[in-house]
Amino acid sequence: MKKLFMLIVTSVLLLGVLAACSQGNSSGDSQKPSKDKEDDSGQKKYAFIFKNTGNPYGEKMMDGFEEAIKELDGEAILRAPDQPTAEAQIQIIEQLITQKVDSITIAGNDPDALQPALTKAMDAGIKVISVDSAVNAKSRITHVNQADPEAIGRVQIEAISEMIGGKGQIAILSATSQATNQNLWIEYMQKELEKDEYKDIELVKVAYGDDLRDKSVSETEALLKTYPKLKGIIAPTTVGIAAAGKVLTDKGLKGKVMLTGLGLPSEMASYIESGVCPWMYLWNPIDVGYAAGYTASALVKGDIEGKVGDKFEAGRTGAKEVVEDGDGTQIMLGEPFKFEKSNIAEWKEVY
Amino acid sequence: MSTSMMDETLPTNIEKKESKLAKIGQFREIGLLVFIVILVIAVQLRNSSFLTLENISDMATNTAILSILAVGMMLVLVTRGIDLSIGATLALSGMIVAQFVSNHSGTSPIVAILMGIGIGILCGLVIGGLVSYLGVLPIIATLAMMNIFRGLTYMVSNGKWISSYQMPESFVGIATSKLLGVNTLIIIALIVYAFAIYFIGHTRTGRQIYAVGSNPESAKVTGISEKKVFIIVYTLMGGLSGLSGVLWVSKFASAQGDTATGYELSVIAACILGGVSIAGGAGKLSGVILGAFLIGILNNALPLLNVSPFWQKGIEGSIILAAVLLNVMVKRGVERNNLLKRRV
Repeated sequence: MKKLFMLIVTSVLLLGVLAACSQGNSSGDSQKPSKDKEDDSGQKKYAFIFKNTGNPYGEKMMDGFEEAIKELDGEAILRAPDQPTAEAQIQIIEQLITQKVDSITIAGNDPDALQPALTKAMDAGIKVISVDSAVNAKSRITHVNQADPEAIGRVQIEAISEMIGGKGQIAILSATSQATNQNLWIEYMQKELEKDEYKDIELVKVAYGDDLRDKSVSETEALLKTYPKLKGIIAPTTVGIAAAGKVLTDKGLKGKVMLTGLGLPSEMASYIESGVCPWMYLWNPIDVGYAAGYTASALVKGDIEGKVGDKFEAGRTGAKEVVEDGDGTQIMLGEPFKFEKSNIAEWKEVY
Repeated sequence: MSTSMMDETLPTNIEKKESKLAKIGQFREIGLLVFIVILVIAVQLRNSSFLTLENISDMATNTAILSILAVGMMLVLVTRGIDLSIGATLALSGMIVAQFVSNHSGTSPIVAILMGIGIGILCGLVIGGLVSYLGVLPIIATLAMMNIFRGLTYMVSNGKWISSYQMPESFVGIATSKLLGVNTLIIIALIVYAFAIYFIGHTRTGRQIYAVGSNPESAKVTGISEKKVFIIVYTLMGGLSGLSGVLWVSKFASAQGDTATGYELSVIAACILGGVSIAGGAGKLSGVILGAFLIGILNNALPLLNVSPFWQKGIEGSIILAAVLLNVMVKRGVERNNLLKRRV
């Protein structure tokens, strides 16, 4: 018992020392008296916070961000919490404020909960922008939107209409019922469906698979059973579309029930190649991260202020303009990218 | 169980009455079974596609993994322990096996399954060692290992997913193939039950698990090694989680770092529903399988009922609560009847 106790005590102490070491490093940076001078001559520090670790989509976005920052001769700090929670992101923001970074680019886990931490960062002179999942307008200078939500909703309806011949029942398989992104896209899909050319298409249900494999499978199976005449499924979420692809494959419904939506090319490669999902869309996360890097840099250098009408060059993604977004402003990338049989082979290796 | 305590607490006039609910027989989980039947009828009335052969087969396939894990969890709970790490063990084994088969596409499915079980057993041994030799509380040991295994999963995968195009047909076929018209997952689950029935009821070690759980002191006096029992139950749990990991990845044709996060709670819920006592010592395989089935039915039926997603969770919780209450009532009745018989 004594031995065990000592073991625990020593390991706790050891961990404490290690933690202190890492903190020492960061605070050491910020305590340098010559900091201002160093900033002028040296590299700017651009931080990126993603939702959680271990997400290939996030990894690609961080790669793109790092690429842009390298081109701009800055230092990229890439961080992500273990769990996709706002609390974990707040801790990272606090650390970055202490580190005195020049900008924070964040894919928010919650639109509102991050406000106090991000406001504190902005008060400290840090340029804050959100990317992918927006935080509310008060906690950011501007937002980099992966693609125009209107375009995302529209292209998916156009796709499903083409696949089913403009006639029949369709259903949507979304992530959680609370997911901001998905809900917005679904809203635009419903708006698009009101158009006269889609009058023969009936949206029978919006199901929620919660981005869990097992639940998405159950929801897809339930859709197929409840609506035997179902012609198409739109799944604007990575896990959902792959789960639906798997169910349609296993049940031999290829060609009978069409599938499209937004998904990772690697996850969807087999289903696109087999024809279960003729084509689907996604923006390119590398470009999203890349454009966010250029936006952060333009703000730090003072080229733009994040006001409507500001224009700047975002490297290879071309000229960008700040536009209105509710109370705040945003920068939009173009239409989502189409993945189909002809190009899926090269993209499935990428992400 | 605590027969003497019940004798003292029951007023004499109640003792003489036989519980009407429990007259049906000795089967303790009858309450749960009745509840399931009522639920099935209710769902069928609302959506006639519920009791079709296809849906029943889907439901059984989707519940197979949960029920396999519930068998292991029952043994852990019986020894007064708990294992929170199974979701993480499942993910780790699934990820490593998926990586292996994606690099060696000729791997036989049997090898893949054995590999998964092996990884799970290693994970289980670590937990068993922590609990038995270092005396760490099971909830703490498994909570810690849950995070470690989950972290390891991210480390070995480097944050990347293994997708269906990287998996050979034969591997994905584990979950989609059929033996005699029955999905392989169901067959594997049946094999696990059969093994469990033999192990629990007909081996010395199996009985020792219950002895340690219901009364550790007297078990020690009888010469049963508590350490050995702990190691065995956590290793078995690990092995079953490892097996489930392979089945999971094969079923969904995708290995993610966050596979089955929080799945342990569904498994524990299935056990508790099935009448396993969280205080240890009590738990029957038939009950646990019924419990797993109730969870499976809920997962399958709620989407079919066309209820608002905002209500789904609440309905699920209420049904579970109602089932537990009914089960406890019937169980008490059965026990009371048994006591009455003993008196005569």
